Amino acid sequence: MFKIAYYPGCSGQGTSLEYDSSTRAVCKALDVELVDIPDWSCCGSTPAHTVNHVLSAALSARNLAQVEVMGMDKVTTPCPSCLTNLRTAAHKMEDPGFRTKANALLDVPCNGNVDAQSVLQVLTEHVDLELIKSKVVKPLTGIKIACYYGCIMNRPPELMRFDHHENPMAMDNLMTALGAEVVPFALKVECCGASYGIPRNDIVTRLSGKLLDAGRDVGADAFVTACPLCQMNLDLRQGQINHALHEKFKIPVFYYTQLLGYALGLDRAVLGFEKLCVDPRLALGKIKQPAQAR
Amino acid sequence: MRIGVFICHCGSNIAGTVDCPSVAATALTYPDVVFATDTMYACSEPGQDAIIQAIKDKNLDGVVVASCTPRMHEPTFRRTVERAGLNRYMFEMANIREHVSWIGKSKDLNTGKAAELVRMAVEKLRRDKPLIPKRFETVKRVLVIGGGVAGIQAALDCADGGQEVIMVEREQTIGGKMAKLDKTFPTVDCSSCVLGPKMVDIAQHPNITLYACSEIEAVGGYVGNFQITIRKKATYVNWKDCTGCGLCVEKCPSRKFPDKFNENLCNAPSINIPFPQAIPKKAAINAESCIMLTKGKCGLCAKVCPVKCIDFEQKDELINVDVGAIVVATGYDLFDWHKYPQYGEGRYPDVITSMQYERLLSASGPTGGHVKRPSDGKEPKNVVFIQCVGSRDKSVDRPYCSGFCCMYTAKQAILTKDHIPDSQSYIFYMDIRSPGKGYDEFTRRATEEYGAQYVRGRVAMIYPKGDKLIVRGADTLAGTQVEVPADLVVLAVGAESAKGAVQLGEKLRVAPDQYGFFVESHPKLKPVETNTAGVFLAGACQGPKDIPASVGQGSAAAAKVLGLLSKKELESDPAVSRVNPARCVGCGKCIQTCPFGAIKAIEDRFGNPKAEVIDTVCQGCGICTVTCPQGAIQLEHFTDNQILAEVNALCPPKMFANYE
Repeated sequence: MFKIAYYPGCSGQGTSLEYDSSTRAVCKALDVELVDIPDWSCCGSTPAHTVNHVLSAALSARNLAQVEVMGMDKVTTPCPSCLTNLRTAAHKMEDPGFRTKANALLDVPCNGNVDAQSVLQVLTEHVDLELIKSKVVKPLTGIKIACYYGCIMNRPPELMRFDHHENPMAMDNLMTALGAEVVPFALKVECCGASYGIPRNDIVTRLSGKLLDAGRDVGADAFVTACPLCQMNLDLRQGQINHALHEKFKIPVFYYTQLLGYALGLDRAVLGFEKLCVDPRLALGKIKQPAQAR
Repeated sequence: MRIGVFICHCGSNIAGTVDCPSVAATALTYPDVVFATDTMYACSEPGQDAIIQAIKDKNLDGVVVASCTPRMHEPTFRRTVERAGLNRYMFEMANIREHVSWIGKSKDLNTGKAAELVRMAVEKLRRDKPLIPKRFETVKRVLVIGGGVAGIQAALDCADGGQEVIMVEREQTIGGKMAKLDKTFPTVDCSSCVLGPKMVDIAQHPNITLYACSEIEAVGGYVGNFQITIRKKATYVNWKDCTGCGLCVEKCPSRKFPDKFNENLCNAPSINIPFPQAIPKKAAINAESCIMLTKGKCGLCAKVCPVKCIDFEQKDELINVDVGAIVVATGYDLFDWHKYPQYGEGRYPDVITSMQYERLLSASGPTGGHVKRPSDGKEPKNVVFIQCVGSRDKSVDRPYCSGFCCMYTAKQAILTKDHIPDSQSYIFYMDIRSPGKGYDEFTRRATEEYGAQYVRGRVAMIYPKGDKLIVRGADTLAGTQVEVPADLVVLAVGAESAKGAVQLGEKLRVAPDQYGFFVESHPKLKPVETNTAGVFLAGACQGPKDIPASVGQGSAAAAKVLGLLSKKELESDPAVSRVNPARCVGCGKCIQTCPFGAIKAIEDRFGNPKAEVIDTVCQGCGICTVTCPQGAIQLEHFTDNQILAEVNALCPPKMFANYE
């Protein structure tokens, strides 16, 4: 049993409930114990660091301090944006001058000894791929998948230090292990438009539309993502994209944990397929059923 | 002893921050100094004349000049004192420019420091002795390492000058990078047509011996008398008999190995002659792919060979030769663009290097001169060139400009239009650097007459879409992002030092710079010399160069060699180690530490073991002197006493007066 502190992030409580619940379920199934940080707060998200770097770092540092109080030195989060903030904060806290300024805003000082990792990195580095293979009960044979990492999961490489910053392979390898056919998707680390969804919808529809287009070009039945914002832009806004670009995309966008849970045969209720906006049934229908289930 | 001191102003270089007359006045108080003055330019003709005059007038025994670095002018001043009748080693230099005036701003402190450095030099000079150089004969033979265009030029010029030339090339054929090119800029003439005759000259010149498929194994000796060991690698073909008929090449059934000469664009037979104009035009077997050598069966080439020259048992051969001078012309390598993950790391077959594109354009290339893209053999219409791949980019440790990429890209854009009239070339560039004769006109022609679209900015990424490659970059002049759908992407890769250059440099005792290019003796005034006497540089082994510059340097190196070998005898530097046999106990420690093998063990007339220095081999490094437990070995002109005198001049012992 591998034990690690868990930081769900705000989206896990709202827009990506299914990511949070499926993450918890697959980690449990793969013997990774997630210990929730008590009284965690927002990581600062996108707005905080545009206003004040000390405040932004302090928001994340508060959560890191909580992990230290728990007596742990590692924390994991499913959300790449939260991860960036946690890692950036930890990096900035290495500077003693900066640490003093940030700690002045906190009740419990943060020493900056906590390493933050994405759930994907934990699954890649602490769980044997062979073990995952051995636990697969419903292999994903027959479905073609485009793995989309988003722009900040692996970048900047000096900060994130996980996988390759231009051509990451963690999700590809995972999906291949589950039996799915991974298509050569060239725009793995391209930006989806991120939080421009509200102020500049045209940017998001253009950038996300390009991703869907590239995925369709290489014959993907579905996307898998690791980022709540990417998932939202591609899935929830697929109608807007179709409208803006005069397209007819109908490609479901899964969290990788959802398909992982599906392959492991977990309870459909915790995987939350019904939360997806683009109907995933057609794509899931491509998966060949194992002989005994027929 | 009567010593004269000259403090040089070096214009304002020294006088700007050092009070030269005051230094001269101080110097007059030093022991044995009978004359001291300051002078505007000591190295100028009137400056040198004044030194000679002073030596004669004041009857001086030695001279100190305080000026620039000895690297610049020590030989100048040694000649000066010699002209005045002194021994050239009765001269000392104090560096008050690089060590004082250029690095300190305070005139007071500088003046004091300059005076102290002069004092050091005076104390050293008081203990100097006249040294007489020995004379030795030279071997009238030249070694040229590398058979690219620079090496070819150097070898031909040396051979025409009457010297015997040994050329060593590690590839199967000479010609280097230039032989692979289709056309050359800015005249767009056929590269192999220009180079071919010169290659033939190498093969036919009575003074030139060519060793292809060979490498330098070891280098010993010194200027005028180098001993070279060449490793002639096994080619499994007896080259004495091979006529280059090519029958074996036609029949060879193993064609799975990438063709190195064609930049891996196609496969080559295991027994091969690289290209039609190859020199020597002999077949060689690639041991890695040959079925006979790997699996023990086949041997078809041996069966068809009309002169029976195939020899599967052939082994590497070591050849020893003595030469008087060495020209290093090992060239460069192309940057490995796989360090740019954003360009696909080799995942997209239609992203190729400029050299691969040259082979596609070449009539002797894998496509017979028809431009076909590697993935599906289609003729590309939109060709995108990306410049500065591995040039001027700190992030991949190549901050320097490779110099020729701008020009060959323009040439390739022109040729593309010639080959495919309805094509369009896009060139992503940083700046256009085309300073050579006719170069700027040439790049202009690419845009004005051939319609190449230049876009200023780096390319962020390349990704496939359908059967196109989308090239996404910035147009920094328009301030926008651009995306170009390309059928073929050509990366203008920069230059880096040749593989193995550093190891070869160690054997030759030629220092490489931080990027592996060999360092010349002086960047402006000694561009083809190295700090090892008798070893000269030609071409891109010294830094990226285009063909005219490489040829120019090849001729320059040859001129230096001819100058050197035209002397009947050379003088050896007398500043070498010397053993005091009375003190030497024959322990042999110095023999073990000498990096040049310049010390040998001998027996004195009583049969006691002693060490002896071979004057001509000793480089005067001084390692032996600090090794000797007895202090029996001393470096002439830098003895312990002379160095201690300098130290004492700077920091006098507390009871100095009592010691004196």
